[in-house]
Amino acid sequence: MSEQPEEVPRLTLDRAAKAFGAVQALVDGSIALFPAEAHALVGENGAGKSTLVKILAGVYQPDSGTLGIDGQPVVLSGPVAARDAGISIIYQEPTLFPDLTVAENIFMGRQPLRAGRRIDRPAMNRSAGEIFTRLGVALDPQRQARGLSVADQQIVEIAKALSANANVLVMDEPTAALTTVEVERLFEVIRALRREGAAVLFISHRLEEVFAICQRVTIMRDGRFVRTAAAQDITVDEVIRSMVGRDLDVLFPKTQAPVGEVVLQVEGLSREGVLHDISFSVRRGEIVALAGLVGAGRSEVARAIFGIDRRSAGRVTVRGQVLPNSSPLAAMAAGVALVPEDRRQQGLVMDLGVDRNVALASLARLSRFGLISRTRERELAADWANRLQLKFGRLTNAVSTLSGGNQQKVVLSKWLARDPALLIIDEPTRGIDIGTKAEVHRILDGLVAGGLAVLMISSELPEVLGMADRILVMREGRIAAELSRAEANEDLVMRAATGQLKGAAA
Amino acid sequence: MTAATSALSTRFARGGALLRAREVGIGVVLLLVFGVTTLHNHNFATANSVQQLLSGAALIAMLGVGETLVIVTRNVDLSVGSIVGLSAYVVGDLFKDHPGTPVILGFVVGIGIGAVIGAINGFVTAALRVPSLVVTLAMLYIVRGIDGLIVNGVIITSSNIPNAFIAIGFRTIAGIPWLAIIAFAVVVIVAYAMRSFRSGRDLYAIGSNPEAAALAGVPVARRVFSAFVISGSLAGLAGALFLALHAEVDVTGGTGYELLVVAAVVVGGVAIFGGSGTVAGAALGALLLNTINQALVASRVSAFWNEAIAGALLLLAIAFDRWLSLRVARGLRSAEGAHRDL
Repeated sequence: MSEQPEEVPRLTLDRAAKAFGAVQALVDGSIALFPAEAHALVGENGAGKSTLVKILAGVYQPDSGTLGIDGQPVVLSGPVAARDAGISIIYQEPTLFPDLTVAENIFMGRQPLRAGRRIDRPAMNRSAGEIFTRLGVALDPQRQARGLSVADQQIVEIAKALSANANVLVMDEPTAALTTVEVERLFEVIRALRREGAAVLFISHRLEEVFAICQRVTIMRDGRFVRTAAAQDITVDEVIRSMVGRDLDVLFPKTQAPVGEVVLQVEGLSREGVLHDISFSVRRGEIVALAGLVGAGRSEVARAIFGIDRRSAGRVTVRGQVLPNSSPLAAMAAGVALVPEDRRQQGLVMDLGVDRNVALASLARLSRFGLISRTRERELAADWANRLQLKFGRLTNAVSTLSGGNQQKVVLSKWLARDPALLIIDEPTRGIDIGTKAEVHRILDGLVAGGLAVLMISSELPEVLGMADRILVMREGRIAAELSRAEANEDLVMRAATGQLKGAAA
Repeated sequence: MTAATSALSTRFARGGALLRAREVGIGVVLLLVFGVTTLHNHNFATANSVQQLLSGAALIAMLGVGETLVIVTRNVDLSVGSIVGLSAYVVGDLFKDHPGTPVILGFVVGIGIGAVIGAINGFVTAALRVPSLVVTLAMLYIVRGIDGLIVNGVIITSSNIPNAFIAIGFRTIAGIPWLAIIAFAVVVIVAYAMRSFRSGRDLYAIGSNPEAAALAGVPVARRVFSAFVISGSLAGLAGALFLALHAEVDVTGGTGYELLVVAAVVVGGVAIFGGSGTVAGAALGALLLNTINQALVASRVSAFWNEAIAGALLLLAIAFDRWLSLRVARGLRSAEGAHRDL
């Protein structure tokens, strides 16, 4: 099974490249999938895996490179073309028709017909049942899709793919939301698919799963193909080294600020099914980073502290003051500021001007008798725009006209204008060009030197290693390791994040 | 599958059955209203009174069928009341100006008017992607305005209409009014199509998850367009039947029907955000609202109560749906949480 297959690959992608504006998401996407193999695709966040998947799905057209099916070059013009070529994508969170039955979900648009072009329901339910039997799962075809667990929804998607005669199944982090039992069932399904000769591309951050189910592994880093190896010829260590081995090419300013008293104290923070017993503290003058893979629960920690999501257990204290559950207002009053991950959706009102956005969190201070003073609003915005060297046309221009980096500065201004004691910042430099990135880092560094406590969430390891005084690595809703600035390196963080680090749990 | 999830799935299956049992629930309430009212006023159960009740409900039920097709796709058609008015008047005008026009032509013209207006609604909504709420609200006023221009103060009376046409409004077969039979036929045909044809299932798919529908190759724009054309055509048919039933029409014909129809459809269990509900439920909803209306009249309750009760019923129906889906969601989350902690 592990020998290099001699036959023609079912699907090949050769040197595919894809850029979005100035960002080169994929430089060299190369992979070959053979019939009856489970093939793992691994890499850090941002290694280009998702872009590669979307090219296979027909969602993105590569700028260069070739895609081949059964040795023939093809161009996938869209999702329908990909489906017709026999490629099916199973996403982490499938999109089903909640109001329709499981069988209808599988056969939508392709229902078996009887006389008069009427849908043959018994035949449809029977076919769905047969597919489930082939896959070895117990699901009622006549059941409504609403309320199915994520695992069952994935099974429905797989059944949909099989009913359309797909023989390449791409599973994009299918196990991220599954329990151990469900993962084992999915593995049984993957084995069944292989027995039928299908090629399965399995994307996962969990290396133990990769080695449990896959015959070959392809590793990507920074948008490039690194190597493909037979699973039995490579060790977990080698995989991790191939995933992270790169130089720190971005400079991070870091001035050592005097670390003061505890600002944020989190004890036993839990949220049913999401977070488990999280405890840590952040002091004045230090940056604590939450590292980990996408979906490990990092943003959820921020949301639970700030009071957006309800905590099912645990205590959050800011400057000695206990924060009530699910009250962002109380968190703000206690001196907490949250710069969210998604600027456009959660951080800014895109159609409002720079001045209005900056003032948004400080309106109480800017108004008298319930009326907002436009003058004071503008003064405040002008002051912060100057301090953070914001580049803009006029203060009244809509923030949607600014670049990503300048938008981030507006969000920062909005919260800094409240003079917070604790700044929680989620993905501070996502989607920001290199130049402004360094500027945001410089701003953060200056703030910390001035006595601010910062809790930073970042998927970029260089950023985490370069900026943080302490690193908390999260994995599956728990803190898997706490690393000091001195001891942390990419290798250790990745090990902890993928569950390969033993004995170092905090 | 663990015990927790399988217990959960049975509960969901039951939730689905509960929703399907909406038709049964309405049936029970209908009988209750009917029984209680008859106790108060024995005339309520007479053949004549019941026939009247069925004929009135038939028009709303027919409109409800078309409205269901539209609402299931996450749209709404507010122009149906105006279409009824315009169709009724133009058909009457045709008979008045051209005595001897065959009855069947009256229906063709009525349906044709509705189909054209429905096609405009559908085109602007599906092809130009304007929210249907806005499109059909505009159409409500435009059509009513055109109606006013055509009517120009002239009322159509029974003397203008052929007897054979008026007969459709009051004739019965085995005691059942023709109107009710026509409406029943419409409900049965459309219900069957919605269940058994791909195009019918497509409508549910579109309302349930528009992105997934497009990915599954459902021709979303074409289906939404068709739903509006059918809704318009049925409103046109209802307009012709309105003329037959009342044997007269002025500029106010069909005013306010659109909201009555939406209310009936929602009470009948059609989700206002699309994806679920049946035309049979919508028709029963129409029958229930009409029965309550007549029951209050028969009980000599002020007509104002009628509207208040219709509104209360609407709130109750929506609150019930919401409660059900919240319960389902909560059940799922806590079960998943418990499950994961194993």
